[in-house]
Amino acid sequence: MSNAPFSGGVHAPGRARIAARTLREDRWWLQPFLTFVCFSAWLLYGLVRASLQKDYFVADYGYLTPFYSPCLSTSCEPGSAHFGTPFGEWPALIPFAALTLPFLLLFRLTCYYYRKAYYRSFWMSPPACAVPEAHRDYSGETRFPLIMQNLHRYFFYAAVLISLINTYDVLHAFRGKDGGFGLGLGTLILLANVVLLWCYTLGCHSCRNIVGGRLNHFSKHPLRYKAWGLVGRLNARHMTFAWVTLGSLVVTDAYIALVSAGTISDLRIIN
Amino acid sequence: MSYDARFKVWRGDADGGGLQDYTVEVNEGEVVLDIIHRLQATQAPDLAVRWNCKAGKCGSCSAEVNGRPRLLCMTRMSTFEESQTITVTPLRTFPVQRDLVTDVSFNYQKAREVQAFTPPEDLQPGDYRMQQVDVQRSQEFRKCIECFLCQDVCHVVRDHEDNKQAFAGPRFLMRVAELDMHPLDTADRRPAAREQHGLGYCNITKCCTEVCPEHIKITDNALIPLKERVVDRHYDPVVWLGSKIRRRKD
Amino acid sequence: MTDAERPQGREGLDAESPERHEYDVIVIGAGGAGLRAAIEAREQGLRTAVICKSLFGKAHTVMAEGGIAASMGNANAKDSWQVHFRDTLRGGKFLNNPRMAELHAKEAPQRVWELETYGALFDRTKDGRISQRNFGGHEYPRLAHVGDRTGLELIRTLQQKIVSLQQQDRRETGDYESRLRVFAELTVTDILKDASGAVSGAVGYWRETGRFVHFSAPAIVLATGGIGKSFKVTSNSWEYTGDGHALALRAGAALINMEFIQFHPTGMVWPPSVKGILVTESVRGDGGVLRNSDGKRFMFDYVPDVFRGQYADSEEEADRWYEDPENNKRPPELLPRDEVARAINSEVKEGRGSPHGGVFLDVSTRLPAEEIIRRLPSMHHQFKELADVDITAEPMEVGPTCHYVMGGVEVDADTAATAVPGLYAAGEVAGGMHGSNRLGGNSLSDLLVFGRRAGLGAAEYVAGLGGSRPSTSEADVLAALETALAPYREADENPYALHSEMQQKMNDLVGIIRREGEVREALEVLDELDERAKNVGVQGGRAFNPGWHLALDLRNMLAVCRCVAMAALERTESRGGHTREDFPGMDPKWRGVNLVCTLEGDGGIALRHQPVPEIRQDLLELFERTELAKYLTEGELARRDGPGAAQQSDDGSGA
Repeated sequence: MSNAPFSGGVHAPGRARIAARTLREDRWWLQPFLTFVCFSAWLLYGLVRASLQKDYFVADYGYLTPFYSPCLSTSCEPGSAHFGTPFGEWPALIPFAALTLPFLLLFRLTCYYYRKAYYRSFWMSPPACAVPEAHRDYSGETRFPLIMQNLHRYFFYAAVLISLINTYDVLHAFRGKDGGFGLGLGTLILLANVVLLWCYTLGCHSCRNIVGGRLNHFSKHPLRYKAWGLVGRLNARHMTFAWVTLGSLVVTDAYIALVSAGTISDLRIIN
Repeated sequence: MSYDARFKVWRGDADGGGLQDYTVEVNEGEVVLDIIHRLQATQAPDLAVRWNCKAGKCGSCSAEVNGRPRLLCMTRMSTFEESQTITVTPLRTFPVQRDLVTDVSFNYQKAREVQAFTPPEDLQPGDYRMQQVDVQRSQEFRKCIECFLCQDVCHVVRDHEDNKQAFAGPRFLMRVAELDMHPLDTADRRPAAREQHGLGYCNITKCCTEVCPEHIKITDNALIPLKERVVDRHYDPVVWLGSKIRRRKD
Repeated sequence: MTDAERPQGREGLDAESPERHEYDVIVIGAGGAGLRAAIEAREQGLRTAVICKSLFGKAHTVMAEGGIAASMGNANAKDSWQVHFRDTLRGGKFLNNPRMAELHAKEAPQRVWELETYGALFDRTKDGRISQRNFGGHEYPRLAHVGDRTGLELIRTLQQKIVSLQQQDRRETGDYESRLRVFAELTVTDILKDASGAVSGAVGYWRETGRFVHFSAPAIVLATGGIGKSFKVTSNSWEYTGDGHALALRAGAALINMEFIQFHPTGMVWPPSVKGILVTESVRGDGGVLRNSDGKRFMFDYVPDVFRGQYADSEEEADRWYEDPENNKRPPELLPRDEVARAINSEVKEGRGSPHGGVFLDVSTRLPAEEIIRRLPSMHHQFKELADVDITAEPMEVGPTCHYVMGGVEVDADTAATAVPGLYAAGEVAGGMHGSNRLGGNSLSDLLVFGRRAGLGAAEYVAGLGGSRPSTSEADVLAALETALAPYREADENPYALHSEMQQKMNDLVGIIRREGEVREALEVLDELDERAKNVGVQGGRAFNPGWHLALDLRNMLAVCRCVAMAALERTESRGGHTREDFPGMDPKWRGVNLVCTLEGDGGIALRHQPVPEIRQDLLELFERTELAKYLTEGELARRDGPGAAQQSDDGSGA
């Protein structure tokens, strides 16, 4: 905690003079601390994996990890470029999915849930309720750069497109060694992951507003009211899906990496 | 059934004060406000506390218990260990008047700055027609009992006295959202939400929702939708394009 | 404020001059009636002050749950003001001021619709109108409501209307408070009059600082609510100390019907923190049963003969009623409120009560848990949060709780004027409207209808004064301040202890069931408490000192309690909210009598009889003769049937 002057915040003139900046006795720091550790670990994993440029595709079964989707250059492993190769040789260390990953990151970075989580855990603004924040000045999201949080819905639109790509990737994963229909544990993991991604993406607060929240007369738009209700149910679990998808992305990617590297072999169910 | 609990209660006024120790009897089923009343009746007759209904319906007895903003009448003693010392202080975002009573006039000023309900001019009393689905969002916000715990916990003003000028606080941004969603309100409240009420100061860290004794989803159902409505008007190209096309069709 | 400026006890009064304000109208009380009166006065162009003891928007009105009764006919088109009027008179056992009941029934719909223009959001019908629900005593679904928080909606709506008027004033004058100002956390201690006896102002103190305020105003509207805090077990908040009743008495106005106090049969009795809080009647309507400590459904032993034919004789039949009300008689748990309250009372007195002095209200063995949560969400929540009792798993403990006072300041029905020129009263503090018993839902509509009329009445009075306004003598102001500071004396009577004793005695001796001996005893206790009250001493300064505040409230409560006890002793019958064990029946001779309580010159309280205003012929004709025969004397019936029967009296048209 910073050593803000005694005159600020809860110590401003006129307020009850209480020396302690917070009187909370519970372990209020635990949650922001865990969030900090988990987010940092996830980012580290993602950064390393995305720039490895290997072990991202299982050619036999058409498994492509979402961290590399879409793969659009001639550097991609044969069969992994589901949308062609408009780009030539790809430089080392740059993630193959450099076209989409920034949008996905920005979608999550500007997500209303993640904002809450990292404002609390990374920026300590505030670290927990009724615990003083670590900064002397605060202008919230009124100025650059944080005013850019208002662009969340652009990234939502992009995320919908990317989720479509991920869905298409899953269709490719219903493949056996012989090229016909097949089903393995990897397919199921990819499928589960993409379902969860949709749950997270469609449960977005921007989506909730766009499909119906912006209306003042639901009664005149019964279909959009229904859609708003469905999105609202997902939205109520937005935090859950935000965390679950972080996990499912890692599980999916790690599984494909392990299969691709030959460390384990895919558990096949059909063909 | 009863036991003696240790309490620390902040006594003082704007010129100074401190936590005073009390040992006081606690009986089964009591809430913190009962204990404060027992202190008044037996040990500290001039201990100032604000309260009215004692049933969680009026929102008067807001204070902080062990550092957390709470209604004193809705904080049961059974939630504490008998050995625990319970610290009760006034709200720490507003100027203190005496003991547990604070000057909450900030909130009444902010209430005045929100443009009142603006119905269509030619609509007569008795002719109002609204569907239940259209009013229920605003009805959720009208459950607010104005305890101002959300205003107290919000770090925007709690930790930054100088933001009080520019920021209406969760309760009154929710009031703006309530009116903006009202099916018969004719005013466009989005510019004011952004410019006068300081919606941008909110960084949706959700403490307002956490402390709300009425369990209103202030952040998810009022503040974020209001932010999104502001985006509709000021930032979204697709919505803008859509409205252009529709206008052409009409 | 520096230490030197801060008032400390009574010293320095000579040097301290009260803050002074001048208004056209002062409204004391900021609940539904007060705010509606203030809105009206301001809209009539008067400079208006609203004074409230607590914060703006916290008034007791927020506690009302059920709804606002108004015959809008949204749920049943057959409803009309005539039907509402009839229900109100039946509820009040024909002791109501008939003109008030008429105005109330006629104007309630307009008052509700008006709220929508202020921004209220009631629950809706399918076609988008205001939804209306059924309630005890109302023939048709009539209560406009918002879930079970209608009172909150009402208070917030009026509060926001006040703000909107202030915004309008700011646009026109640059100042929010130029024509309408709310003085929050200010207690009025006395009303001032000029030499001719007309209202000239009021004196009060800021609760925050203890500083005195002197208001000059030719008109005052009392809207201070009820007196529940005189009783130990009550659903009322601390503000309900009968201030308006006592202010009116001291100013020379009269109180009527003070013996009628509504005790709700089911209030929570445990834990102590929530003692008195209401348990809604629908718990019983949905299958909840009352049991004593022997586990017996005792209500079967308490069905009075007159109800014998309508209520079940056996548990089996009673249980069948919930499914098949056509072919079975109702369970006796659903007898009228006074019957149930009486039964609970006597079970407890005979030693068959629950551990905390109530009886058991059990719904947990009657319905599946999910069903209870679905039908009674707020009760489930209330017991869970406040008492840590899961009503789906264990019974509730309940007992009667003081809920509402039908009696109050005697007013003119049309203008809400009291006998004192310039003094008006509306809402619970006014008497007459509800007769001997109030119907659920009629209080919120009462606030709106007569709040508005009081504002209007005051405005007309002020306009009629022209330029000449009553003036106050400085000596009167100083005397009022002296009285307010009296508790700062070297004395050791503890106001909290005194209050607690008064509440206990009132509860025990002038509570739900009254006996001559006990009421006499109560009067003796009150004599003694009056004496002890003269020795109440408070400690500390004047800034937000609850001990001092209570000491001042005590004298109001003591005066009001005396009126209640005297009237309860005098009325030798049982009717509505007044039950005499020694006179269990309703007596038509008493039907025509209001008991009027006034303050004598020597400070004593006097009680006299006064005829109830006659029911106009056209209103009488709304009832069947057989029904009237239950209430009216032979003489009254003869007059109804007499030669003038067809002739309409009065203006007949109403408002």
